[in-house]
Amino acid sequence: MNTSPWIQIGLFLIVLFVIAWPLGRYLASIFDGQLTCRFKWLDKFEYGFCRLIGTSPAEDMPWQRYATAIVLFNILGVVVVYALQRFQSELPLNPQSLGDVSSDSAFNTAISFVTNTNWQGYGGESTMSYLTQMLALTVQNFASGATGIAVVIALIRGFTRRNAAGIGNAWLDLSRSIFYVLLPLSFVFALILVNQGVIQNFNAYQDVKLIEPLEYTVPKNDLDGQPLKDDQGNVIMETIKTDKQSIAMGPVASQEAIKLLGTNGGGFFNANSAHPFENPTPLTNFLEMISILLIPTALCFAFGQMVGDQRQGWTILAAMTVLFIAMATVALWSESHSNPLITQLGTDGSMGNLEGKEIRFGIVSSALFATVTTAASCGAVNAMHDSFLPLGGLVPMGLMMLGEVVFGGVGAGLYGMLIFAMLAVFLSGLMIGRTPEYLGKKIGVFEMKMVSIAILVVPMLVLGGTAIAVVTEVGKASMANPGAHGLSEVLYAFTSAGNNNGSAFAGLSANTPFYNILLAIAMWFGRFGVIIPVLAIAGKLAAQPKLAVTGGTLPTHGPLFVILLTSTVLIFGALNYVPALALGPIIEHLQLFSTNK
Amino acid sequence: MKNLIRPAITLFILISLVTGLLYPLAVTGIAQIAFPEQAAGSLMKRGEEVIGSSLIGQSFSGPTYFWSRPSATAPMPYNAANSGGSNLGPTNPALIEAVKERAKNILASHPDKAEKIPTDLVTASASGLDSHISPAAAYYQVVRVAVTRNADAAIVKSLVDRSIEMPQWGLLGDSRVNVLRLNLALDALEK
Repeated sequence: MNTSPWIQIGLFLIVLFVIAWPLGRYLASIFDGQLTCRFKWLDKFEYGFCRLIGTSPAEDMPWQRYATAIVLFNILGVVVVYALQRFQSELPLNPQSLGDVSSDSAFNTAISFVTNTNWQGYGGESTMSYLTQMLALTVQNFASGATGIAVVIALIRGFTRRNAAGIGNAWLDLSRSIFYVLLPLSFVFALILVNQGVIQNFNAYQDVKLIEPLEYTVPKNDLDGQPLKDDQGNVIMETIKTDKQSIAMGPVASQEAIKLLGTNGGGFFNANSAHPFENPTPLTNFLEMISILLIPTALCFAFGQMVGDQRQGWTILAAMTVLFIAMATVALWSESHSNPLITQLGTDGSMGNLEGKEIRFGIVSSALFATVTTAASCGAVNAMHDSFLPLGGLVPMGLMMLGEVVFGGVGAGLYGMLIFAMLAVFLSGLMIGRTPEYLGKKIGVFEMKMVSIAILVVPMLVLGGTAIAVVTEVGKASMANPGAHGLSEVLYAFTSAGNNNGSAFAGLSANTPFYNILLAIAMWFGRFGVIIPVLAIAGKLAAQPKLAVTGGTLPTHGPLFVILLTSTVLIFGALNYVPALALGPIIEHLQLFSTNK
Repeated sequence: MKNLIRPAITLFILISLVTGLLYPLAVTGIAQIAFPEQAAGSLMKRGEEVIGSSLIGQSFSGPTYFWSRPSATAPMPYNAANSGGSNLGPTNPALIEAVKERAKNILASHPDKAEKIPTDLVTASASGLDSHISPAAAYYQVVRVAVTRNADAAIVKSLVDRSIEMPQWGLLGDSRVNVLRLNLALDALEK
């Protein structure tokens, strides 16, 4: 390793917090209405905007109406994204004449981008036209991020409001998230990315004359496109010579920026942020990691600001940071080792596990990126997680299994962590014999039921889906790697889908009707099976009066609560997933390192 | 429900127009003016002919050039219209077989080398388009390249010395050598 990983992690966290702090203040001022108070013209503009779309800034929605609005908006997204893919061959901005996407793949991708998962069963440059990338996928990158922000803001209002009937105006929250936050940040970031080498054009793919002509073999096809076989039934291969390389082009930077800022993670290209046109330099890599965690971090500060006690925001952030550093350490430690099976073939054992990694990032920036992208529910990758050593691959899987609450997705991470905070005060309440309360609100029977649903729905989808896949022939047929690693691939896929992350152990051939449909189900219910209970809690909390703080109130800030919160997250994650992990990455680790001493 | 449908549709159309069309077009417009070369793919030309992008790797496996890393793209290596890694897991026999084959090939072409083979020369990158190799991998090949080209090994080595890109700010990323640039410099040496 050329650089001290600790300096890089430290620098990363410092830069992150320094930028996120003012952004958090800004977010709070947007959603508590201070911004429109200060700038009257903005207030007038919002009034006109609301009139145009058919609502009023003064409309205050009860939680059921708020949830209906959010779900309706998202279903509309699914329909449009699906339709654009199915008709792309007849639409403009398709210089490569790419065909229509198959129905099951288009369905999967539509659900995937709407739910902020951005799981990709397809390869971008060989499947999607420029118009589909922009008008279907980029739009959902914004819309799904805005949905997450709107939901967490509604939940925060549940804590701050007293005896209130509503939790805000969903249309206004969505619009403010996009036009005041995501769009301006993406615009600036996109231009920085272009400056560093990320492409942004509408050209056809560029043909390049190779310096050294290339020979390769492919199966020979007959006139119908079926592979030809010889007398023994072997596939006949033919050798092709070429001196051309075709380089994929497209409006990449504009999509790349929101892909990271909105914790979406769906790459323009198949190789995602490992592709040199998505992530050309170590500097862009650093900025991409910052932008993944930027809004989730800023929302913690905004939360503290809005509930009127910055310590509450810092406490949540501290719990996230502790878990993050622990996981990053394991990933770095694991990947800095070489694969012993490769080292014994006479290769340098000091360079780390380089299969599936880019040299410009090296081990440290690759392992850190993997931790960042799965701590947040981003799912962009700059290295292939499938080729990580077993424990290195366990880190991204484990971070997702904790429920995407270590920073988590834009909005989704914070509301997930607040759910765990309510569970933590409930558990502590049982231990000390007090009525559980959080931020002056009683956590009653209804709230706990909703908390239970929100916490249990995802593990059910993940473990249920994995179980179905590994007992069916079509499920097993897609595994690319034999043995324990094959199970890890399937487990990773459902973990990623249920938790709306979107990264993959990409060896799994997931672009089949079986996986496209099953994973789409996991993504949809993993998203809205949490959002609806969260909004229900928001509505119930907002309707409550505020309790006075007494000597018997459990303080929900400070180191003690950080420990309570992290323990709650870890215990629930461990109870749900340890058996499955033992059969996948843990067994593989033992196989790899015990037989080769 | 009824008076939710109109706002849902109008807002959706508005957002689609702004973020799906106006935003990418505005970024494209500014990028074309401010950073035209980067926006077009950092292409390199020899005369009128485009011979590559400084960011995208090309396959080099002949005796007279510095080799790039193995690439797992299909159907040919370094297919820049179909990026991707091998996604082979660490215990997959297919990975071990592939590495064994590559190591054998490297040892056969570098009989002078006693030291271990740099790992990046036997492992496929994440994108399949990695334009770089490690400095160790470049130095490993110096003698072979010099011999096949009838060049002075010291000159070839100094070319490698000059091609090394350091970590950004001495901190981010690893030291590396751009293979396409190095090989172009090598060709220029003979003229």
